Amino acid sequence: MSGPPAAGGAASAMRLSLRIWRQAGPDAPGRFELHSVADVSPDMSFLELLDVLNERLIADGREPVCFDHDCREGICGACSLVINGQVHGPVPEITTCQLHMRHFADGDSITVEPFRARAFPIVRDLVVDRSAFERIVAAGGFVSVVTGAAPEANAVAVPKEKAELAMDAAACIGCGGCVAACPNAAAMLFTAAKVSHLALLPQGAPERERRALAMVARMDAEGFGNCTNEGECEAACPKAISVANIARLNREYLRAALVGRG
Amino acid sequence: MSANGTLDARCPGGPMAERWTRHKFDLPLINPANRRKFSVLVVGTGLAGSSAAASLAEMGYRVRVLCISDSPRRAHSIAAQGGINAAKNYPNDGDSVQRLFYDTVKGGDFRARESNVHRLAEVSNQIIDQCVAQGVPFAREYGGMLANRSFGGAQVERTFYARGQTGQQLLLGAYSALMRQVAAGRVELLPRREMLDLVLVGGVARGIVARNLTSGEYERHAADAVLLCTGGYSNVFYLSTNAKACNVTAAWRCHRRGALFANPCFTQIHPTCIPVSGHYQSKLTLMSESLRNDGRVWVPKQAGDERAAGDIPEGQRDYFLERRYPSFGNLVPRDVASRAAKKVCDEGFGVGATKTSVFLDFRDAIARDGRDVIEAKYGNLFQMYEMITAENPYEVPMRIFPAVHYTMGGLWVDYDLQSTIPGLFVLGEANFSDHGANRLGASALMQGLADGYFVVPATITAHLAGCELPRVTGDEPAFAEAQSEARGRCQRILDVQGSRSVDAIHRDLGLALWEHVGMARKAEGLKLAAARVRELREEFWNEVRVPGAATHLNPTLEHAGRVADFLEFAELLAHDALVREESCGGHFREEHQTAEGEAVRNDRDFAHVAAWGFRGVGEQATLHQEALTFEEVQLATRSYK
Repeated sequence: MSGPPAAGGAASAMRLSLRIWRQAGPDAPGRFELHSVADVSPDMSFLELLDVLNERLIADGREPVCFDHDCREGICGACSLVINGQVHGPVPEITTCQLHMRHFADGDSITVEPFRARAFPIVRDLVVDRSAFERIVAAGGFVSVVTGAAPEANAVAVPKEKAELAMDAAACIGCGGCVAACPNAAAMLFTAAKVSHLALLPQGAPERERRALAMVARMDAEGFGNCTNEGECEAACPKAISVANIARLNREYLRAALVGRG
Repeated sequence: MSANGTLDARCPGGPMAERWTRHKFDLPLINPANRRKFSVLVVGTGLAGSSAAASLAEMGYRVRVLCISDSPRRAHSIAAQGGINAAKNYPNDGDSVQRLFYDTVKGGDFRARESNVHRLAEVSNQIIDQCVAQGVPFAREYGGMLANRSFGGAQVERTFYARGQTGQQLLLGAYSALMRQVAAGRVELLPRREMLDLVLVGGVARGIVARNLTSGEYERHAADAVLLCTGGYSNVFYLSTNAKACNVTAAWRCHRRGALFANPCFTQIHPTCIPVSGHYQSKLTLMSESLRNDGRVWVPKQAGDERAAGDIPEGQRDYFLERRYPSFGNLVPRDVASRAAKKVCDEGFGVGATKTSVFLDFRDAIARDGRDVIEAKYGNLFQMYEMITAENPYEVPMRIFPAVHYTMGGLWVDYDLQSTIPGLFVLGEANFSDHGANRLGASALMQGLADGYFVVPATITAHLAGCELPRVTGDEPAFAEAQSEARGRCQRILDVQGSRSVDAIHRDLGLALWEHVGMARKAEGLKLAAARVRELREEFWNEVRVPGAATHLNPTLEHAGRVADFLEFAELLAHDALVREESCGGHFREEHQTAEGEAVRNDRDFAHVAAWGFRGVGEQATLHQEALTFEEVQLATRSYK
């Protein structure tokens, strides 16, 4: 048996200039660092490009660039990056790990920055702290059912269209791209996706008022900005979560405020 | 563990179908007011860890959870695509707990423990109830009822799914339950922490040493019990479908402290992955097994046929799975499908630039059902494929090749999921228990959630109720020693200052294992692999170069620690494969096959779990055996013909 074979060869290699943000810690000053990478294959992913750069930095005895990543297939939501000013790069509806170098041209200069928002402090280089999202979920992004207390799964019919809409919202991977893309660094799309997912299902109904109020309050307390309907969040979202969810969140919030059940 | 090297899983007796119910009744309980006096550490937040932590906190235990990522919801369970099995029999096609049990024992090629598998099948239905109640948006029929589809190794439709993101939705469900407990103050959540050692006090697992990956600090965490939910070891092969952070360190460190490691050679190669494109490849991407419901796997009948797939007429295509296995066709289990693909490629029939891939073709399904139907079922998978390969699978067939995906082996646990170290429980993929030599599709999610929601809450209570646990604070000498060892190991890595990168050594390890310990293994190759692992281990400790310090976020240092442990573990993996002189499930020894290339199992000598005890790095591990007896499912040659 042969090892995993290397194909490639056919597509021509590119040389790229990278302008990458380096920052030693949350309070350290940051700066752009320039690097040139040759032999970039068009079939490489953007993160594999950073791997190649880091291998070279290590060979030179320099510290590699820190960036968040894990599954490298667009579902864990760990990878981030603003590439040439665009969240998750120039191709719509994908994460940075799914961005392939065939979308760039030989000789391109690429600027790579972290997600920037007051509520997402920089940890190191391109890594930011997105734990504010966890606290928004903890505020109410759940159904209060203890293990073992669930009724038979088919006891409640859920209309297919509702289930599909709920799934559209639940597809959010919590990457924070919506926040980074928003001129106000608002977390409305994230919070709206979480609220919508549960508001659309009968299982989420008993707690819908409390949930909407608590999650919005937490979102505000975390220092995210306000929504001014720019729509940048939807455009940047790797899962194409619709701003219609924000409208639904607003309705849920208003309804809860009127009903007065906090 | 008895003195003569045989292991007792302490399964309850009596009729199989009553064992779990009776066992639960027999287990001691702790009253609600007293539960808050006990603390439990949960390491890992995938399906097993999140569900266990949430359930234990709901019961009243004080729970502390550590996860390696910045968020518990990033654990690799999130990437599971296809679905989760349960014996609901909603389609009325003959399913039952007994059939799910039977399929899983048979699918595991008769190397799983019957009592555990039966329990898994029993609780499967409750898992679906729980997930639906949490708001998991499973696929539904127009009437509003839950939809099902079929998966490999079964002739019934028992798989529940949420588009191609079932793992994500189940994990978000378990995570939401976990976060509810965080908000209630019953769970303390510590992200970006890596477990580096297990701490035993008086022979009982009483805590761990972890490193705060952001600050670099070494931390001691003491508790009354430790739950290891840290996933599998596929990344020992470097290229696998696992996320980059997946590793064997936590499990290996427990092994070094005395936990036996069972069946490490039972690794699963998934048949439907996107082939490697270049030397820079950092991971492989799986295309869900569910695609084989509608996709047909084929290669040209003529070796080296350079024509485009669409130009090859029907009569000149070899649908080799349908030809070799007419009754299961494209839905044979993963190990069978993977080996069949390897065989046609080895014989020169492979397609693509490197001739190491086979077609997965949706032409007939699109003609039969229409593009809309196929898109509704697999849209996101097709999109993912096109994104990576720049080829449109609605128009040209996908090209796929097997890749390492899941590991059935893991730390040995008894019926209560307790390892050979008292107080150390192992859940999910990290244990070895339910899948034997081969896991069926959509069964990993089922097992992770079964262990976390329903099994461990009962069995850990019995453990805590049943033993006297002296107060432990973390100031004991055992904690100090473990902490100083962990710190020393990191420093030693930094001090090497050699010339090779961690990635380069890891890639070399992966190549050696894929070559000799991959889809087909033979004695000579396994010995070569073990020798190569020893060589690479030497090289690592003399030549590795890790820049930076241990006092800040340093992903290269984290990776180096994991590779150091992979380099110890890999030798055991190769050794286990060498000792197991038979072919079963994911373990295929070329010496043990029929003339037609089918696996030949050796039930006389190997109907047992091989559980290994640590004796030192590079030292021959000690073999303990747990005999497997089959009371319900008759030992038979697995046939999908």
